[in-house]
Parts: sequence; structure tokens; C-alpha cells
Amino acid sequence: MQKLHRGNKIRASGSDRAFAGVLYALTILFVLIILYPLVFVFSASISNPMEVFAGRVWLFPRDIQFEAYKQVFRNNEIFTGYRNTIVYTCLGTLVSIVLTLSAAYPLSRKKMYGRNIIMFYFTFTMFFSGGLIPTYLVVKGMGLYNNLWVMILVGSVSVYNMIVARTFMQNTISDELYEAAEIDGCSDIPAFFKVALPLCAPIIAVLVLFYAVGYWNSYFNALIYLSDRARYPLQLFLREILLINMADSMVDSMEMDMDISKFMVSESLKYAVIIVSSIPMLILYPFLQRFFVKGVMIGAIKG
Amino acid sequence: MYKTLNTGEESPARSLRQDKWRRRWKKICQSRELYLFILPAVIYFFLFNYVPIYGVQLAFKYFNPAKGIWGSDWVGWDNFMRFFNSYYFWRLIRNTVWLSLYNLLVNFPFPILLALVFNEVNHEKLKKAVQTISYAPHFVSVVVMVGILNLFFNQNTGMVNVLLRAMGEEAIPFLTSSSIFPTLYVWTGVWQHAGWNSIIYIAALTGIDPQLHEAAQIDGASRFKRILHINIPCIMPTAIIMFILDIGRVMSLGFEKVYLMQNSMNIETSQVISTFVYEAGLINMDYGFSTAIGLFNNVINIILLLSVNKVAKRVGDTSLF
Repeated sequence: MQKLHRGNKIRASGSDRAFAGVLYALTILFVLIILYPLVFVFSASISNPMEVFAGRVWLFPRDIQFEAYKQVFRNNEIFTGYRNTIVYTCLGTLVSIVLTLSAAYPLSRKKMYGRNIIMFYFTFTMFFSGGLIPTYLVVKGMGLYNNLWVMILVGSVSVYNMIVARTFMQNTISDELYEAAEIDGCSDIPAFFKVALPLCAPIIAVLVLFYAVGYWNSYFNALIYLSDRARYPLQLFLREILLINMADSMVDSMEMDMDISKFMVSESLKYAVIIVSSIPMLILYPFLQRFFVKGVMIGAIKG
Repeated sequence: MYKTLNTGEESPARSLRQDKWRRRWKKICQSRELYLFILPAVIYFFLFNYVPIYGVQLAFKYFNPAKGIWGSDWVGWDNFMRFFNSYYFWRLIRNTVWLSLYNLLVNFPFPILLALVFNEVNHEKLKKAVQTISYAPHFVSVVVMVGILNLFFNQNTGMVNVLLRAMGEEAIPFLTSSSIFPTLYVWTGVWQHAGWNSIIYIAALTGIDPQLHEAAQIDGASRFKRILHINIPCIMPTAIIMFILDIGRVMSLGFEKVYLMQNSMNIETSQVISTFVYEAGLINMDYGFSTAIGLFNNVINIILLLSVNKVAKRVGDTSLF
């Protein structure tokens, strides 16, 4: 491919070169559109709120200060939310991975009798579900309402991810390998730990990313199953700060002269809190990028 | 079964059948460890998916908290009739279908376009950087996404309106306008997911045999011609599958983002089935009614998916199952 393009350069006609220019310009444009809001939020979070409010911050921060971040770290609820979210994300991802692999591995083995039926048992739930209220009542009936485990167990396995993992195992681990293991006296369960698991590192990385991001970013389960603020995840506090106080801050802005500095602080707090809450996932994904491209592909082919 | 076994004494049919059962039993025994391994997942799905599916019967009941799901009284199709005859029925359907279709029409072609453009970037490092950046918004939560949206489009302080005012225009109440809501919803979706959704098209493009391009170049095909006649046909099968999946999901519009963007001013277009199910069920505690709407929606989804799949099988030789 590389060689071809080098050859191409010599023969490239004028119109081709112009077209390439247009494509590069489009690429840069896309990147700028994607980046701009993120950069702006970051700049606004470290700028003097006065400057932001006056509309003088467009791209780069002005009058840099970290008052908003100090506010964020002083806020007890954000701290609680952060801690809860870390707990939910870690435990939840662990449970999800264990359950997903526990289904994916046997389903990837051709020797398992009746695997089509079991596969159907799982995929059926992709198309038909009990819906919100029956699920809610059943979960509540299990005593999980306002319980730590509700955040970890409800919706923790995605059938889609399970199919991805199964397909990956089918494609990478040959039957001969299992047969060889069996001859060496390794039955099916030990074979998972000794043969399959070491070969599954790439797909586990993908699953960790998908599940961790899911847990980190979800707010719906917390919204309907949690009532105790001490158990709220970060996203629910974020929702209050970013969205519910919206109305209040609008009122504030009308009687602004009364408490202008307080209003300013609460506005710049919003930018800071967006950054603080999104940073972990934004740092995590580039490291796993080479894995998840593969994961998405497997899913697309077999989905 | 037992009757037939008892009648024939030593008939060949009987021993054959016995043989079959014996072989089956042997296979089951051979995979016993695998069954044991899969047991936790099976139990999990039974508890969290199948018990609620059994609870769907609530759609035909009037929920009585004292009697629970299983003991409440049957009311037949009452819950459904109440929904079909309500004044908001058509509004909900219209909003859900319109928002999804609009979303589909914009969000389906965009990743393809993005992939076609990104694929032409020959500089490897630049290409990788561009891709990494384009995935970033996908990892931002819905709450943050809508939060950023509110900050940017706020009527008083949002930068979009600051800009409009600076140009001498009047500020537009983006967030509280029911006519702008669908556009905001759809285009923020493009911003957030187009990069991520382009992954599979980029993968399909890198899978194209370079000889095709080589041959076309020798024949004097321009870069644009090669995109048109090689790249686009090569990603068509992937695109068709994605399109089928999307069409199948037209009625299952997600709850999370719509709910966060919803307010009393834009409810005219922002009230969709999923948010209504939530409202009816968990805010108004009308459990049976809410379950009925959910079930109605689910059945439509299945019908949609099956029919779209059938069409795809007939037209394009591609299908999901």
C-alpha cells in the first residue's frame, strides 16, 4: 500500500492533487469541529469566570486560575460520587467480565451439546425484554432497591459483547489446541484457564473498556434504583450540577447584582466538573485503541 | 413416548431410538463441565431477563401493590385500549418515529463519509491522531454531553447566542424550543458518535485488495473515480447490514439523552415512547399501563426487525439471520 502511494505521487495529476487537498481540508475541519467544544470546556474551566461570562474566551483560556477546581475538590458530594463511581465501575466491570466469559467460553466450544439452544436463550433477550416496569419490580422484589449491588448487577452483561467474545475465541483458538490439552489430561474447565484465557487478552481488554465506560457513564439505573444520596454515582450529581440547577441559575442571572460572584463560581464549576468527570475515560481509551478496533470489527461481522 | 417404548419389544426402531438417546446422553455427559461453566450466566439471565419477561403479564393486569405482579387482577386489553385511545398516542408515535428517522438519515451516512475521507489520509501518524480524536466524544457521558449542550446554547450565557447577539441577531431559545429540539438531538449525536461509528467502515476499507486500486490507476482512474467505483462498492455490504440494524431500531429510541434534553417547553416534540413509559410507570406509578406501552413498543420493534431482515434477504443477499 505504502509503495503504491509513493508511486502514485509521481504520476498524480493536477486534479488528483487538488482533490487530495480538499480531502485533507475536510479531515482538518472534522477534527476541529470535534475538538472545539472539548477544548473550549477545558479553557473555560481554567479561565476567570468573568471572562467566560463576558464571552471573551473563545479558544484559549484567559486570566488563568484554578478556583473552579478548588471548588470541585472541596465539594463533598462530588467526592462521594467519584468514590461510588469508582467502586461501581471496578466491581461492575469485574462481574461483567466474569459472566460474559463464563457464557462465551462454552459457547465457543463446538463440542458442547445443545449450544444453539443456549445461544438462543441469550440472544432472545436482545430482542425481547420485560421492559422497564417488570424489571423494576423484579429487581425491587429481590431486595436490591437502594442497594450497592443494584448498580453492579442490573444490566451487567451485554449479549452483544458476549457474542463478540465468543466469536473471538472461536476464531483464535483451534479445536486441535483443546484436543492437545485434553490428551495432556486437561479437561474443559482447566482448559479455559490454561489455554483460552491467556489467548484472550486482547478481547478482555476490549470488554474491560466497553464495560468500564458503560458503568462510568450510566445514570439510568442509579436514577431509578437509588434513593440514598450517599450511594449516588458521579453522573447523578453531575446531572444536578449541570442540568437541574439550570433553572435556578437562570433565576440567579435575573437578580444577578445580588450575588454575582456566587453565580460566576457556580458557572465555572460546571466546566471544571465536566473535565474532572470525563478525564479518566478520555485517558483510558487511547491506550486500548488498537484492541477495540478489532473488537468492533468482530461484533460487526457476527452481530 | 413411553407408550411406544413399551409396545415394540425388540423392534429395530426401538433399539435405534435407544441408540440415539444413548449417544445424546453421552454427548451431554461429555460437555458437563461446559454446562457447569455456563451456569452462572444462565442463572443471571434467568433472574434479570426471564423473570421480568414473565412479568410482562402485568400489561394485562391492574397492578395491586398488596398482591404483587403475580396476584393482581386481570383486566384484559384495558391498558392497551387506554393507550390507543389517549390523545397523546399519535403524538408519541409521531415524535418517536420522526426523531429516529431524522437521526437515522443523518447519523447513518455521516460515519461512511468520515471513513471515506479519513481513508485518503496517507500520513500514518496523522491518520492515527485523527482517528483517536474522532473517538473522544464517544467516551463522554450523556449527562456531560447534554451539559455541554446546555452551556453552549443557553439563551443568556451560551456562546452561540453571544455570537448571534454580537452579529446583531436576536438570541434563539435553542433549549426550550420544540421545533429545534430534534435538530439539536440529531446533530449532537453526529458530533458524539460519527467518529466511533466510522471504525467499522475504516476497517472495511483497509480490507480492500490494493491490487484493485493499482489496476484502476493503470487504467487512468482518478482518485475520486477510485473512491466512487472501488471504495464505495466495497463497503456497501457493511453499510447494508448497519442500515438494517438501524431501521430495526427505529422505534426503540433510547431514553437517556431525550430525557435529559426534555423540559416543559419542548415536550411537544421531545416526549417519546421511552420517556413516556418512564413517566407513566415510575413517576405516576401506573405500572400496568406503563408495562402495556413497553410491550406494545417491543412487539413493534420485533416486527420491524423481522420485516426489514426479510427485505434485505430478498434485495441484497445480506441478512442478520
